[in-house]
Amino acid sequence: MVYRWLFFGRKNVRTLRIITFLCQNVGTVRIVLPQVENVRLLDRLSSRKAAVGTLYLTATHVIFVENGSETRKETWVLHSQISSIEKQATTATGCPLLIRCKNFQVIQLVIPQERDCHDVYISLIRLARPVKYEELYCFSFNPKLDKEEREKGWKLVNLSEEYNRMGIPNSYWQISDVNREYGVCDSYPTEVYVPKSATAHIIVGSSKFRSRRRFPALSYYCKDNNASICRSSQPLSGFSARCLEDEQMLQAIRKANPGSDFIYVVDTRPKLNAMANRAAGKGYENEDNYSNIKFQFIGIENIHVMRNSLQKMLEVCEMKSPSMSDFLWGLENSGWLKHIKAIMDAGIFIAKVLIEKDWVSFGHKFNHRYGNLDGDPKEISPVIDQFIECVWQLMEQFPCAFEFNERFLIHIQHHIYSCQFGNFLCNSQKERRELKIQERTYSLWAHLWKNRADYLNPLYRPDHRQIWGTLHPQMAPCNFLYKFWSGMYNRFEKGLHPRQSVTDYLMAVKEETQQLEEELAVLGERLANLQKLQLNGNKVKSKQQDRSKELALSASSNSLANTPQEYSNDLKSFPSRSPSQGDEEDSALILTQDNLKSSDPDLSANSDQESGVEDLSCRSPSAGGCLPSEDSGKDSDEAVCLAV
Amino acid sequence: MEFAELIKTPRADNVVLHRPFEPAVEGTLCLTGHHLIFSSRRQDNAEELWLLHSNIDSIEKRFVGSLGTIVIKCKDLRIIQLDIPGMEECLNIASSIEALSTLDSVTLMYPFFYRPMFEIVEDGWSAFLPEKEFEFLNALTDEWRLTYINKDFSICPSYPPVVTVPKSIDDETLQKVAVFRHGGRFPVLSYYHKKNGMVMMRTSQPLTGTNGKRCKDDEKLINSTLGPGRRGYIIDTRSLSAAQQARAKGGGFEVEVYYPQWRRIHKSVERFNILQESLIKLVEACNDQSHNMDRWLSKLEASNWLTHVKEILTAGCLAAQCIDREDASVLVHGTEGTDSTLQITSLAQIILDPDCRTIRGFESLIVREWLQAGHPFQQRCAQSAYSNSKQKWEAPVFLLFLDCVWQMLHQFPCSFEFNEHFLVTLFEHAYASQFGTFLGNNENERSKLKLPQKTMSLWSWVNQPEELKNFKNPLFEANSLVIWPSVAPQSLQLWEGVFLRWNRPSKFLDEAQEEMRKIISDNRVLQEKLWDNSYFLSPFDWLPKEAVSYKLRSALCFCPIAG
Repeated sequence: MVYRWLFFGRKNVRTLRIITFLCQNVGTVRIVLPQVENVRLLDRLSSRKAAVGTLYLTATHVIFVENGSETRKETWVLHSQISSIEKQATTATGCPLLIRCKNFQVIQLVIPQERDCHDVYISLIRLARPVKYEELYCFSFNPKLDKEEREKGWKLVNLSEEYNRMGIPNSYWQISDVNREYGVCDSYPTEVYVPKSATAHIIVGSSKFRSRRRFPALSYYCKDNNASICRSSQPLSGFSARCLEDEQMLQAIRKANPGSDFIYVVDTRPKLNAMANRAAGKGYENEDNYSNIKFQFIGIENIHVMRNSLQKMLEVCEMKSPSMSDFLWGLENSGWLKHIKAIMDAGIFIAKVLIEKDWVSFGHKFNHRYGNLDGDPKEISPVIDQFIECVWQLMEQFPCAFEFNERFLIHIQHHIYSCQFGNFLCNSQKERRELKIQERTYSLWAHLWKNRADYLNPLYRPDHRQIWGTLHPQMAPCNFLYKFWSGMYNRFEKGLHPRQSVTDYLMAVKEETQQLEEELAVLGERLANLQKLQLNGNKVKSKQQDRSKELALSASSNSLANTPQEYSNDLKSFPSRSPSQGDEEDSALILTQDNLKSSDPDLSANSDQESGVEDLSCRSPSAGGCLPSEDSGKDSDEAVCLAV
Repeated sequence: MEFAELIKTPRADNVVLHRPFEPAVEGTLCLTGHHLIFSSRRQDNAEELWLLHSNIDSIEKRFVGSLGTIVIKCKDLRIIQLDIPGMEECLNIASSIEALSTLDSVTLMYPFFYRPMFEIVEDGWSAFLPEKEFEFLNALTDEWRLTYINKDFSICPSYPPVVTVPKSIDDETLQKVAVFRHGGRFPVLSYYHKKNGMVMMRTSQPLTGTNGKRCKDDEKLINSTLGPGRRGYIIDTRSLSAAQQARAKGGGFEVEVYYPQWRRIHKSVERFNILQESLIKLVEACNDQSHNMDRWLSKLEASNWLTHVKEILTAGCLAAQCIDREDASVLVHGTEGTDSTLQITSLAQIILDPDCRTIRGFESLIVREWLQAGHPFQQRCAQSAYSNSKQKWEAPVFLLFLDCVWQMLHQFPCSFEFNEHFLVTLFEHAYASQFGTFLGNNENERSKLKLPQKTMSLWSWVNQPEELKNFKNPLFEANSLVIWPSVAPQSLQLWEGVFLRWNRPSKFLDEAQEEMRKIISDNRVLQEKLWDNSYFLSPFDWLPKEAVSYKLRSALCFCPIAG
């Protein structure tokens, strides 16, 4: 880490050569304008801090390189991250272009010539909306792992092992092959876990009564008390239709917990929406037709409401120097935190039910909303964002209960949209198999696992569960415990965040503690030897020097880029030095903690400064990288050949 | 007056105590002259609750049959409920608490009766003398001097006897300037920035009145602090219109023609009842148990508390920015110069001066910029968020300052030697305390009350090693840099440690704190051990162990010439 940082300057030289290389390759992509000079990148916090530089369009990225002398700062944006591009009215200084990203980055560029701006705009619109899966970055991304490693990466998270961990299959639950070849439900995996007493006839019958044939299947099993969570889509009940097999299916689920007399059916929609759906032949379970169910609406709004809400909240985040009232009012008006709380309440309700040894079968879509990561981002958005935020809200309430830290969540969110790894592609296991995702792309989990040190929560206590049991988030007066997550939604406005990271500091201390232990062991040995040999004046060498370097690092890496914001407009009136000047002294010691993490997906390229300049391909793997390798460049000629 | 007269029922049994997040406890309630004491009789888990009467902000009573219920709302924002059997007992107790928590005379307050159970190592009353502070300044520059012109508090009743002024200005001039400034608060030195020699001064508004009166001596004093070609900023903590309106009441602001090297910036910071209202609304919102998210956010917004935090912090940052980035000196004042002025001068120092981020330095800052500078603590902190009195002089000015410091601590978690608990403790003691530190409104009153002789200083208690360790931030790594906080709304958070302290379960957060301490102390223990071991192996064993730090020693041990 130190090494990489020390060679910051050299890295940039190298990057420029790579850009040149990329731009040559881009020839086949027919990007109208691969390079624009004298572009200004506006700072969202301070209008005075615009950076002038060159904008490059490549097959996979938008890259902005600052013209500055020493540190030619780079900003890389994957095309797949772009959610919208907005060309604004031309001003005296040029034509502004606003790029909003799915990872909540907002980039404001001012391009001197209107025509150039238009060309960039047209190119980006095309590049940001790939038509085929094959155009996605993950098919060209090559971290130079051999076949074996790639396979290992895909096996890191194994569904059947997860179920084994829960104690499944057992005498109540089994794997059913009813969905082999995706014959029953094409959005379910081939292996589904169902009650033993549910015959293929019942399952198939039930599936016909369910929207998109998503019949009730096991999602979570609690082996301590036999309680389980099943999920399914809404029943096609209309106003009066019923289905014997579906009723038998729920009966079977209930019987799979011998200790329970009834099951909860939780519908995550507001009741009104569910009732309205009956007119379309869908609806919800009629308690009269199912024996021993308790029906419950939870009232989580649909994805359109959620998308609107997120949109509104992001507008709040984007406001230029908002007042406190603007911000809080906007936050409230977006309703985002209200939705987060509704989802959390649903989760808490279900968890409570589980604890009370009951059975739960879900109404429709809960998997989408609550943790099934394998969805198409465009369809489910922002459901996955909400899930990730819910986890974060829990982490804030239970700082010692999670093994991972905030960065882990942010990086997962980033990669859901980066399309750099194959995990989040397609709508179902079926589609993923057809596309041969596992053979053609890499798994994010392997990537995250490799950098796991960056994602650890230093406060994690593995014994947490034993001490406190299951987490009981505060239900009662908990409104104020739900907070705005600036770490995510204002993720790129580094100036807004705490300037020193407690997590990183504690990790460094822990690491040092471990080294100290080792040193102490070595010293102890030496001491014993010395005493044995009765020698005096022998000098001891150990890793001391390394250690002091480590210490220095932990101290310095903890102070961050720190310059004043615009505290007053009045200061302009005074003919004097601009406050943004003369930062050198402060910046000398200063790093953003994120910039030090090799795992950071926003880092254009680094972490391998040791290796040769020319070796392009080795850059991507550890960089979380954003560059395709030479090989993949060749492979994917077809994929990147876009008509613009 | 005897306290006994006020206590008709000194003791009640079978009282039930209710607190949020804790099971109800039955026990005995006792009233003494200064405390409400509740002790549970449970054998397995006996506990005692001691509450200072002066900590009680308001009290409500209601009856269901003969069972009385008293709800006690404290200045530290805690709310407890006591169920007391017997109507008469309950009424007696309620009226006693009411009387004892609103004693008129300062000399009846607990600090005059409190006898410490600890040995005083260093007397806090004399730990931060202006003369000592001046020695440090004098080593850096000889342009300033101490003046004893106010030694009998006749020039300025709210100033301390000793203040720092420009060397070139004699006492006679100061006397004239004092007449021109509100409350006699002539400009004095608040902070000297070592890096570039720029200074921050504070004062009160000039008394220009409607006909634009000027004072040559005032101009001379203020202009003398800038060298030739130098510039300075006057930060007025009122809006321009407020400053203009002040002229009608005899106040006013500096006209730039007469202070040619200075530019005036108006940075409006709210005062008095607006702040108190804000606190009341905020605490009301925090105590609202309703489950509706929207209502919480709009109430938080409507309280305007975070807006005030943002305003004050921004003004503090601006002052620091002028000094450090613009190489300009700064003069800060509002109307009286005892509230918003002090918020800004003290926040700017925390931003600029790493010393102020240590425990000792922060204590010194509070003494210099708040206590000696004449912030009227007794008036401002007479009542807290549950008060109904609505007195104009009550205002959470100091709490807002602490909140701003907490915001910085939150943004720079490794740059402060003290922790959140230290700030919360200061908040508590400013409102109710066994120590005399925050009694009185200025040094004049304190000396009349003979507080240093008759009461114990908070600092005497805080600075004992065994207490001090509770206030230490385990993450602290001395940081010599200027720290620039973000004042964007996204960066400012509700100070949960104060406002949600009693409304949230804390065990998981405490657990995290404990884990943090453990991680750090594990590391320290190993360092110590390694130190000891290498000590035996080192060729430098003639050095006393205490003489060199571990780091230095290991550097000595392993540098090539050591052999």
